[in-house]
Amino acid sequence: MVGFIYLPVVTLVLFSLHDGRVPVPPFRGPTLEWYARILGNAKVIQATGISLLVAATSAALSVALATLAAWGLARHRLPGKPLIEALIMAPLAVSTLVIGLGLSVTWSGLIGKSPLFVIMGHVALNLPLAFAIIYVQLDAAQARLEAAARDLGASEVQVFFRVTLPSLRVSLIAAAALCFTFSWDEFIVAFFLSGFDPTLPVVIWGLLRTGLDPQTNAAGTLVFLVSILAVVWVEALILRRRDAPPR
Amino acid sequence: MARGLALAAPALIWTAAFFVVPVAAILWLSLFQDGEGPGLATFQRMMATGFVWTALWNSVWLTAVVTVCALLLAYPLAAAIAFRVPERWQRLVLMLIVLPFWTSYVVRSYAWLLVLAPNGVVNAAFMGLGLIEAPLKLSFTTAATVMGFVHFFTMLATLTIYASLVQINPRLMMAARDLGAGSLQVFVRVVLPLSMPGVAAAVFLIVVVTMGDYITPQILGGNNDLVLPQTIMMQILRRNDQEMAAVLSVLLMVVVAIAYLALARRMRAVPT
Amino acid sequence: MPPPDDLILSGLGKTYGAQSVLADVSLTVAAGSYVVLLGPSGSGKTTLLSILGGFTAPTTGTVRLGPRDITAMPPAQRPTATVFQDYALFPHLTIAQNVGFGLSVRHRPKTEIAARVEAALAMVDLAGYGPRRISATSGGQRQRIALARALVTEPAILLLDEPLGALDLNLRRQMQAELRRLQQAEGRSFIHVTHDQEEAMALADQIVIMNRGRIEDLGPPEQVYTRPRTRFSAGFMGESTLLPARFADGAAETAIGRLPAADLGGCSIAIRPESLRLAAQPGDIPLGRAQITARSFQGSHATLTLRLGDTPLALRAPPGASPDPGTEHLIFLAPDGAVPLTD
Repeated sequence: MVGFIYLPVVTLVLFSLHDGRVPVPPFRGPTLEWYARILGNAKVIQATGISLLVAATSAALSVALATLAAWGLARHRLPGKPLIEALIMAPLAVSTLVIGLGLSVTWSGLIGKSPLFVIMGHVALNLPLAFAIIYVQLDAAQARLEAAARDLGASEVQVFFRVTLPSLRVSLIAAAALCFTFSWDEFIVAFFLSGFDPTLPVVIWGLLRTGLDPQTNAAGTLVFLVSILAVVWVEALILRRRDAPPR
Repeated sequence: MARGLALAAPALIWTAAFFVVPVAAILWLSLFQDGEGPGLATFQRMMATGFVWTALWNSVWLTAVVTVCALLLAYPLAAAIAFRVPERWQRLVLMLIVLPFWTSYVVRSYAWLLVLAPNGVVNAAFMGLGLIEAPLKLSFTTAATVMGFVHFFTMLATLTIYASLVQINPRLMMAARDLGAGSLQVFVRVVLPLSMPGVAAAVFLIVVVTMGDYITPQILGGNNDLVLPQTIMMQILRRNDQEMAAVLSVLLMVVVAIAYLALARRMRAVPT
Repeated sequence: MPPPDDLILSGLGKTYGAQSVLADVSLTVAAGSYVVLLGPSGSGKTTLLSILGGFTAPTTGTVRLGPRDITAMPPAQRPTATVFQDYALFPHLTIAQNVGFGLSVRHRPKTEIAARVEAALAMVDLAGYGPRRISATSGGQRQRIALARALVTEPAILLLDEPLGALDLNLRRQMQAELRRLQQAEGRSFIHVTHDQEEAMALADQIVIMNRGRIEDLGPPEQVYTRPRTRFSAGFMGESTLLPARFADGAAETAIGRLPAADLGGCSIAIRPESLRLAAQPGDIPLGRAQITARSFQGSHATLTLRLGDTPLALRAPPGASPDPGTEHLIFLAPDGAVPLTD
C-alpha cells in the first residue's frame, strides 16, 4: 500500500539523478547533470520566479480577503448569511477547467494574459479554501475572548488587531501555506491565463511534450521540494506554537 | 449590520467578478452559435454529435471505477490508522501519506508515465521477475489514467474517512460488544454507518474533481477514451469553437450539480 | 431466569506500567443484590467495573460467576450488560433499534425482538417511543433508553457507570427509585459506581467504599455509616470529627475525655455530628462546656461548630433550638457515639 503511494515520487526523484538520456531503469548514476541543465534553462528559471510571485501574491490576497469576509460573517448579523457563505464556497464545486475557460473568455480583453491575470484567477480559486479554514476558527470561544477585550475598553479596531488576529495566527499561516502550494502547483487556470510569461507548471507541461527526459524529472523534483519546504515550515511553526507555554 | 457587509464585500466582489461572471459568461456563450443567438442551436449540435455522448459516458464510467477502487483501498487504510496506529503517531503517518502528493499535479502525472513506460519501473520489474516476456503497454492507456486518479484519491479518501472514523465515540463500539456483537457486526452495524459522512465527502470530491480533470487523462490516457474535459479543450485548442466548449462546460457543470445534490445530505455528520 | 449465581472477585489487581490502579480487591456480590462501588475519582471503581464488564483485563486475580471463571471472557459472551456514563446510544439508529440491538446481533426473530423491545420500553416508562430518533430525546430519557437496552438482553449482572451523574437533582432522585424498583422486580444483581454517598445509601444493599485502588470498607449502608472501619470511610460517608485516641480497658483516651469504645487495633475514633447533643438524653456522656463558634442553617437541621477545650467539633441540632455563636453550652455524646476505627 505504502509502496503504491510512494512509487511515482520515488521514481521521479531517483531518476532525476540518473546518468543516461532517458530516465528509465536500470538506474545509473547518480549525477547532478540534469539539475545543472534545468537550472541553467532560462525559461525554467523565469517561470519559477513567476510562479513564486504568483503564488505568494495570490496567497496573501486570498487570506486577506478571506479574513475580512470571515470576520464580517462571523461577528455581525447579516441577512442571507447561508447564501453568502454558499457563494463564497461555490468555486470549489466547479471544475477549474470551466473557470479557466470562463475567465479567459470574459476578462482577457480587459486584463490581458499575464501573471497578473493568473493571480486574479488563483485568488478566486483559493478564497473558499482560505475562508473555510479561517471561518472555523472564529467560534464561540474566540468570541468570548473578544467580548472580554471590549469589556476592558478596547475599540473594534483594537479588538481585531490585538485579540483576533494573534489568535488566528496559526490558521492564517496554514491558509496562506495551502493557498501558496495550490497556486504553485496549479496548471489549468494558469495555462489559460498565462500568456508569454508562463508559470512553472505550464513550462513543465511544455517539457512533457518532448517525451521522457531527466530534465523534467529534475524540474519536477525541485517543484516537489519547494512544496515540501512550505508544508514542513508551516508544521514547524504550528508545532512550535503548541509547545510554547500558554500566554 | 452594514459593517459586516462591508467586511465581506471585497471577497464577495472578487468572487462575483472572477467566478460568477466567468461562469455566467460560459452559460451565456453556450447559447450562441457562430455569433448568432441566443438560442439552443449549439446545444442541438452537441446532442447530435456522437463523440459528446461517448465522452460523457467515458467520464462517468471512469469516475465510477476510480471511486470504487479508491474507496476499497482507502477505507482499510483509514481504519488501520484510526484504530491500529497509536494516537501520537497518527498525525505523522497521515502526513507521510500526504507527502508524495505535494508534487505538482502535472509532475505527478508525468511520474506515472515514467513508472508505466515500456522500459519503466513496473515493466522492468515484471520482466526481471520473469513474469512477462515483452513489456506491457501500460502508459497511454485508460488503465493508466485510472491508476493515476486512484493514486491521488486514495490519499484524499483516506483523509476524509479517517476524520470520520476518529470522531466516532469509542464507547459506542464498547457498547456494541457489550451487547453481544462480534467484531464484524460491530464494524458493519456501528462503525460503517457512522463513517458514511467521511465516505460521502470522499465520493463527492472524487466525482467533482475526476469529472472536471483534464491533465491526468491527457497525459496518461493516450488518445483513448477521451473524457469530457478533453473534448472541451479540444474545441478550444484545435477548433477554436468557444461556443461548443461552453456548451460542453455546461454539460459538465450539470453532471457535477447532480452529484452534489445526491451526496450533500449524506455528508452531514451525526454527533456521537 | 436460571437460579442466579454469586459473583466472586478474588484478588483483582490492575497495574499500568509502574502505576497500580487497583490492588487486592476481593468481594462477593450475592445474587440479586444491589451493590454500590463508592469512592472519589481515582479510587479505581471505574476500572473495577471495566474489568467486570470484560473491557479491561486484570493484571492479577479472577472473576467467577458461580462455578464459571469468566476472567478472560470477552464482553460479548459475558452475562453482563453495561450502562455507560455517557449512555453510548447509537445515534444512527432509532430508539427501538437501539434497545433491540443486543437481540438483533444474536439473530433473534424479528417478532420476538419487537415484543421484547416494547416490553423493555414500557418497563422504563417509554412505551411507544420506539420509532423516535435518539437526537430527539432528553438526558433523562436517554438514561432510561440505555437502561432498557441493557436490560432487554437479560444479563445476570447489570453494571452501571455513574449513570445518574448528568441529571439534575430531582430527576436523579426519581431515577434512583426507578433503579431500585427495576433491580428488585427481576432479581438481577446491579453493580453501580458512584461518588455520591447519598445515592449509595439510597440504593445499596451493600456499599463498597474504595480509595486508591483498594477496598476501604464494606457493608450495608447503615453499618458503613454508623460504624465506619477506617478514617477514610468515616470521612467519606458524611461528616465526622476524627480524634486521635489511645485504647485501654475498653475505653478510648481522647483530648475530650475518656469515651467508651472497643479497641479495634487502630488509634483514632470518629464522632458523627448527630451523636453530639445539646440536651442530655438517658445514657449520654457529658463532655462539658463548649464554645459555639459558628452556626449554619441547612433546612432540616442546623450545624453548629464548637470548640471543646482545644478541639473543634461539629454538632447537628434541630433547626429551631440553636444557641448563637459566641455563647457557651453544655454538650453531650450519645453512648455509642465514639466509633473506634481500625487505623
